[in-house]
Amino acid sequence: MSDLTVNILITLAKIVVVELVLLTCVAYTVYAERRVSAFIQNRLGPNRVGPAGLLQPIVDVVKLLMKEDIVPENATKGIHSLAPGISILVSLSTVAVIPFGDKIVLFGKEIQLQIANINIGVLYILALLSLGVYGITLSGWSSNNKYSLLGGLRASAQMISYELSMGLSIVGIILINGSFMLDKIVQNQYGWKWNIILQPLGFLTFLVSSFAETNRTPFDLPEAEQELVGGYHTEYSSMKFAMFFLSEYANVIIASAFISTLYLGGWQFPYLQTFGLPDFWVSIIQVFTFCTKTLFMSLFFIWVRWTIPRFRYDQLMNLGWKVMLPLALLNIIITAIVMTLLK
Amino acid sequence: MNFESYLFIVLASGAVFTGIMMITRKNPVMSVIYLIINFFCVSGIYLLLKAQFIAIIQVLVYMGAIMVLFLFVIMLLNLKEEKKLSDNFGYKKITALLLCITLMSLLGLTFYFGFDKRYNEMSLKAEQIGVAEYLGKELFTTYSFPVIIAGLILLAAIIGAVVLAKKKFE
Repeated sequence: MSDLTVNILITLAKIVVVELVLLTCVAYTVYAERRVSAFIQNRLGPNRVGPAGLLQPIVDVVKLLMKEDIVPENATKGIHSLAPGISILVSLSTVAVIPFGDKIVLFGKEIQLQIANINIGVLYILALLSLGVYGITLSGWSSNNKYSLLGGLRASAQMISYELSMGLSIVGIILINGSFMLDKIVQNQYGWKWNIILQPLGFLTFLVSSFAETNRTPFDLPEAEQELVGGYHTEYSSMKFAMFFLSEYANVIIASAFISTLYLGGWQFPYLQTFGLPDFWVSIIQVFTFCTKTLFMSLFFIWVRWTIPRFRYDQLMNLGWKVMLPLALLNIIITAIVMTLLK
Repeated sequence: MNFESYLFIVLASGAVFTGIMMITRKNPVMSVIYLIINFFCVSGIYLLLKAQFIAIIQVLVYMGAIMVLFLFVIMLLNLKEEKKLSDNFGYKKITALLLCITLMSLLGLTFYFGFDKRYNEMSLKAEQIGVAEYLGKELFTTYSFPVIIAGLILLAAIIGAVVLAKKKFE
């Protein structure tokens, strides 16, 4: 086989493995959310199917597949079906640039544990996250239902507002690293030089903005049940609803992975190289480190959802424009000044 | 023809097709959707030209922010379908016709002189120029003055918008 064919095969294998792992994680994050929320509220949660309810996600998927797919009569049919597709496509393709490990040597070939190591990795993720709003907005509009439309409008206003502070909080990291490459950003966080320690303010604004970008409580205004029935997915059923559900939890996992890559050192395990382990095991431990960090962040998302109540809409907008944006700008200025002084 | 040429043909015809669809749809939301796909094709063409940064900014700014605002405004206004075009002829059609003639003659000229002569191999430098680091360095050293001027103009526009919006509410 020629070199090109081998490379294409390796990339395909990476894509299949990463997407399968992601989808499995999504299914079990849903399960974890139900279980953890139950524990937080002193209930039991789903514990009937399989040991400790571990087979619940499979049953849920089968249930959703067998439901009737209803399209409202006055909906714009094409867009109504397209919108969940946009949501899921965007969530699943974001994972392409996240490095989940350093290089690993398999069968005498060095493999980079990242699907695509592109020069503009950070911007790629931001761009795709900003496209995610189309799925929600279009679904809200095409359903021809006032609650859906309100949900869609809220989502687009909210996501545009928080995208800014999200992008600006990363600028500090880019200033430190001088690169948009996620791979390089992780490599610079060796030892305890994690960006969360170097950029505490940036971490805070980024964390809050990513909660708003993934539409999670306390920022889940687009689907606030008490006011909007179900928000943008009121008129969806069966697999189309499941796709929105999937993409919401995929976004949670991707936001967690992105946070751990940018601020928590990604696959870096502090001082792992000094333990004198064989290279292969070092790579395996690094992948596990990354997964643990991501899992921890996902649990943090769930924990916050069941602890903090929802904001009011004007509070949400005030927080975005009057608190988060100035803080992110302040972070840039501080970082720039400190870097100039240290030079 | 290599792989990149095939990609270019797909993206370019996609851009032309969605462009035509955009201006012929009666429903403004459909127009916006076609314009978004059009931007996507154009950003693909930027990538083929090795301009990574411009391609991603096209997605981030135009598709991710500006078009969302377009969609937002159109959804808020809840426009009804446009009236038929034949209701208002007049100067619009004449201008359109003149512009069409200009465009067609330009295209004709290009086809007449042939365009394969002007097609040069991309220089190796193109790959470096499209990268964010290089662009940033150039913008903030060689072209720092124009950048500051552009920033000031944008700031003036923002302040103007705030003042205009405030007047309306008071």
